[in-house]
Amino acid sequence: MTEALRPQPAACPACVAAPSAEAIAEAAAPKEARLALSVPAVHCAACISTVEKALAAVPGVKEARVNLTLKRANIAADPDLEVAPLIAALDAVGYEAHELDAGSLSATETDKAGRELLMRLAVAGFASMNVMLLSVSVWSGAEAATRDLFHWISAAIALPTIVFSGQPFFRNAFAALKNGRLNMDVPIVLAIVLAVVTSLWETSLSGEHAYFDAALTLVFFLLAGRYLDHRTRAVARSAAEELAALEVPRAIVLRGGTEVKLPVAEVAVGDLVLVRPGGRMPVDGEIVEGTSEIDRSLLTGETLPVFATAGQGVSAGEVNLTGPLTLRATAVGKDTSLHRMADLVAVAESGRSRYTSLADGAAKLYAPGVHILSALSFLGWLLYSGDMRTALNIAAAVLIITCPCALGLAVPAVTTAASGRLFRKGMLIKHSTALERLAQVDTVVFDKTGTLTAGTPELTNLTDHNATDLQIALALAEGSAHPLSNSLTQAARAAGVEAAVISEVSEVPGYGTEARWGDKRVRLGRGAWVGAPKSNMTTAWLAVDGQEPVAFTFTDRLRDGAEVAVKALQDAGKEVILMSGDNTGAVEGLAGRLGITHWLAEALPEDKAARIQAHAAANKKVLMVGDGLNDTAALTAAHVSISPASALDAARVASDIVLLGGDLSPIAEALETAKSATKRIRENFQIATLYNVIAVPVAVIGLATPLVAALAMSTSSITVSLNALRLR
Amino acid sequence: MEIIAYLIPISLFLGGVGLAAFVYTVRSNQYDDPDGNSQRILSNDYDDKPMS
Repeated sequence: MTEALRPQPAACPACVAAPSAEAIAEAAAPKEARLALSVPAVHCAACISTVEKALAAVPGVKEARVNLTLKRANIAADPDLEVAPLIAALDAVGYEAHELDAGSLSATETDKAGRELLMRLAVAGFASMNVMLLSVSVWSGAEAATRDLFHWISAAIALPTIVFSGQPFFRNAFAALKNGRLNMDVPIVLAIVLAVVTSLWETSLSGEHAYFDAALTLVFFLLAGRYLDHRTRAVARSAAEELAALEVPRAIVLRGGTEVKLPVAEVAVGDLVLVRPGGRMPVDGEIVEGTSEIDRSLLTGETLPVFATAGQGVSAGEVNLTGPLTLRATAVGKDTSLHRMADLVAVAESGRSRYTSLADGAAKLYAPGVHILSALSFLGWLLYSGDMRTALNIAAAVLIITCPCALGLAVPAVTTAASGRLFRKGMLIKHSTALERLAQVDTVVFDKTGTLTAGTPELTNLTDHNATDLQIALALAEGSAHPLSNSLTQAARAAGVEAAVISEVSEVPGYGTEARWGDKRVRLGRGAWVGAPKSNMTTAWLAVDGQEPVAFTFTDRLRDGAEVAVKALQDAGKEVILMSGDNTGAVEGLAGRLGITHWLAEALPEDKAARIQAHAAANKKVLMVGDGLNDTAALTAAHVSISPASALDAARVASDIVLLGGDLSPIAEALETAKSATKRIRENFQIATLYNVIAVPVAVIGLATPLVAALAMSTSSITVSLNALRLR
Repeated sequence: MEIIAYLIPISLFLGGVGLAAFVYTVRSNQYDDPDGNSQRILSNDYDDKPMS
């Protein structure tokens, strides 16, 4: 930043005399733009400096800094700097980069909640260590005035610390009580408050036992659990946000005859929007110019591209395949059909809201139990000894020794370990109870297009054609960027076919490619265009003048690991179901290929959700795996849901788990991990209970000292954490 | 036992210094990129001046 501090040499003598113009201009324009690039390939010290130097060398860049943890480069630049030269600069040094939408990222830029927790954790750690130091001297035999002094110093450290560090618990407990519920935080807060109050009382009476150290270690261990929990979800959240930020919402709008790039949010109804081949429709609209084919698979699950020409309506989210289209926007932003479909999600009752987490279940049993036990020992001792002080001391000891901290750590320690393990396998656990719900799954529903299939076509009948046809087809396919042509080109080249010599190649958007071969006209494209019958399969037709058209049929390529995943799930005794919005032939074919006996074709979004609700009503726990907008309602309705990273944003938001890689095979393994994670959580509850079974009677009969409490608390917390680590 | 009168304030003060240092590092975003920090020490680029 030394650059900014150095006085700029004046450009002209007049500037020195009149600096105000410059100053005004600077004040009016935003000083600098902050850009973010995702650079997935950085992994080493050399990468960091290469990337930073390459970015800094681009004119207009003020500062560039790589964040290796997030594999992201943050750039401070002049406000008018475009992203394209930055991406080009990185490309030149061999790093692939993608623009990230700064708006979607800003939420995690500073993880405020995490930082706040960390600060409270640090203060609690500092205070508990100091107080423990004083407590150890008391336990090892400090007497009379020395002991009182140590207790007073402990109190002076403990009180402000608890007020500061205990706030998350106070807030949660207060919120729960206000709604008339009991959660884990209520006994925690009661234990802390009672421990502090009795200890202060004891100290003022020169008593022997004070629980300041116990109250502080309790806060420290519990905050550690909270922080782990928060970290796990913050990592998942920031990765999920990065996926969202990769889709920078921009639209090309024609205004006054020139093309302007605008954020989608600024497009107004009536604007003319240009959508290039390969682009996604940013708004709902009507085609005013151009002919093309559009891919609607994300919205409906259909794999066959649909012909589109002037006068036809299109919906946001559809992909333009061949020719440039000009649309007149009819609905933008929240009014688009894309958004209306996303709203279906809100209507469907969510599987996750119906689920009671293991921790809540335990708290429901634990909280009243502990309160009753402690109240009973208070009453019992009050009646037996008639001494309020003894009774209160014992009640506090019971509360502290029942050790909610092992219970508080039991779940987050396990989910952190399990989420970390699944993250390394390419799965992002977004929801806190997703693992527990995943462990109960007995039925798995897959969507077809984009989930089990990769959404790219694959030629199926290459060997059915004679060499001449293949050569002509290859030559024609090379002249087009249509997905079917690309696939045909690849398959034919791989088979060693040489392209025929053709001339006057022209692509007719929405129809196909046309050329002259010798003195004959040849065409590759839609059936209706070349005069061929309608087909149920994805087909490109080759027509040579004077000959019958021949068909090149395609099937959707299977996603990596689809076969493995389906097989593994069936072997594990899960029922696998295929539901798709695509036509019967395509769905039946895929089901046969994967050995799925139970399938449903031509399903509307509502059908899918209704089917899943029917399964849920039959007490089945359904895992839904889907990617399209037509799946979002089903994803929400299912007990637990997974979507691939390539899914539409709305689908990723609706699902509990996101698959980061293109591979489906981790799904079966995730079910296994989830099962063992739930087992570990239950074990942890058992361990915590076992400690209580031993320690509580000791506390109730009044034999518990602060030393016993400290030992019980630390050992149970550590055992629970170690047990969780076995998952890694 | 008078030594306690010195030792306790000293130990509290030292602990407090540690805590203050930690608070400073959290405030200045030093935990945002742990992987990057472990790699940056291997590079010579930052040797002559601290990063802003």
